[in-house]
Amino acid sequence: MSEPLLPPAFADLEPWAATWCLATEPERWSRRLATPMAELQAFYDAFFPRAEEAIAWCDRFPLDDMPADAQRLLQLLHSLLMVSYAVEVWKQPEVVNGGSARIDRILEPRP
Amino acid sequence: MARFPRPAEGTWTEHHPELGTGPVSFEDSVSPRFHELEREAIFRRAWLNVGRLEMLPRNGSYFTKELPGLRTSVIVARGMDGEVRAFHNVCRHRGNRLVWEGTPGSDTGGNARQFVCKYHGWRYGLDGACTYVHQAKEFFDLRQEALGLAPVHCETFAGFVFVNLAVEPRRSLREYLGPMVGALEGYPFDRMTERYSFRAENESNWKVFIDAFQEYYHVPPLHTHQLGPTPEAQNPEYEFEAAHYQIDGPHRMVTTSGTHKHGWPAEHLYPSEALTRSGSTGPWDAPDLGGPLPGVNPSGIRRWGIDNFQVFPNLEILIYERGWFVTYRYWPTSHDTHVFEGDLHFVPATSARGRLAHEYAALTFKEYALQDCGTLDGTQMGLAQGAFREFPLNDQEILVRHFHKTVGEWVEAYEKERPVERTR
Repeated sequence: MSEPLLPPAFADLEPWAATWCLATEPERWSRRLATPMAELQAFYDAFFPRAEEAIAWCDRFPLDDMPADAQRLLQLLHSLLMVSYAVEVWKQPEVVNGGSARIDRILEPRP
Repeated sequence: MARFPRPAEGTWTEHHPELGTGPVSFEDSVSPRFHELEREAIFRRAWLNVGRLEMLPRNGSYFTKELPGLRTSVIVARGMDGEVRAFHNVCRHRGNRLVWEGTPGSDTGGNARQFVCKYHGWRYGLDGACTYVHQAKEFFDLRQEALGLAPVHCETFAGFVFVNLAVEPRRSLREYLGPMVGALEGYPFDRMTERYSFRAENESNWKVFIDAFQEYYHVPPLHTHQLGPTPEAQNPEYEFEAAHYQIDGPHRMVTTSGTHKHGWPAEHLYPSEALTRSGSTGPWDAPDLGGPLPGVNPSGIRRWGIDNFQVFPNLEILIYERGWFVTYRYWPTSHDTHVFEGDLHFVPATSARGRLAHEYAALTFKEYALQDCGTLDGTQMGLAQGAFREFPLNDQEILVRHFHKTVGEWVEAYEKERPVERTR
């Protein structure tokens, strides 16, 4: 068993952490488009009910001074929002009527 | 039927009789020749936004900005004297791109005491003066003091940095912007320093793209999902009506009442909207900006949502009631391609919850903008097909009508002044 990535209170989400703890939007966007809908739905179903609790956990720390496991939990929350568009809105990984267009996020706040 | 008062003439368009109400040609968006003219007549004459003063926080801060389609890169620097200046990003010695990182065409920025050319090591101060010539004695009649960087006209307004590529701009920036845009002086843009930046290369004329961002008539049919998750909300036949339109010289603006989702019951929201308290009109929990805010909601509607300022030629400033703003810039690279730049600006988040609210707004921007990008590639194809010569525009599309008319006038003025080139 490898080292846990997330805070102990969120151990049940460990199976998703290796795939979805991603630091940047370009990584999360690519992962969403490359993941089958059933898996996006499974990640969403596993995490969304605990999202409020996860946000509250992250908020125990200052944004610019979070322990590594809480930082990864915040990354996982970012991925949850990325996946939510596929699950809640489009019902598919791609934007409906997005054609072949692409928009790159070239700058974002860190962490 | 009208939910907001219209001018005495009965429509916004007829309030501006010079606009007419007839069908409009979009030949200006498919013609390679018109694109060439437009570049000289508009983009080499008008004030162009290249960034914000927050990108130059200290003396010695600088950034470079490629102006797509204009074969131009500029350096914008805050000198040791605090002055902000712009220069062509070109070494005076043999024309090398002076400041770059990674590849010569990509933008960079940071802090420096001087710029050093990678090619032969010439150096320049942040005021553009040449401070060092390698092996100066080998040159002939070298006058180092005359070998500075080529300056570019640079002025700022409300923290927006503009350049002008003309030899001598016809008007100062402030004069050019006029009273409507000028009224935004003093809006607390400078507090919104947390930035998300986006870039796209689209297969459409820059005006075709702008047209979609200066009318909201398309929102219910194209962005049906944006209205909400329920079948009642997703009504493509929902009738959009803007609260206010205003025209000032080449510039335009529209005020809308927005969607004010923060007041909606949970069943009309996507679960992630309720979770993050955020969405297409931004985070619901607005920062305290003090008040009153200058320049916004010029008609004073009670339920203000968004002001959309179209600063000619290619800058759009969207100011949201919830205390954040967005800028779009559109750079033509050919008659049927352009580079689109979008920047979202927030008062910096201080908590994970605040950051996620910003993130969800930034996600929402991209998801729906991709619908525009995809659709407008199709508009370009349709226009290029030449099946129709003219197109009907309704009263909610008044800004589209004004924009194409203004572009036409600038090109016409240029052609009148350049009769020789016209016949070439």
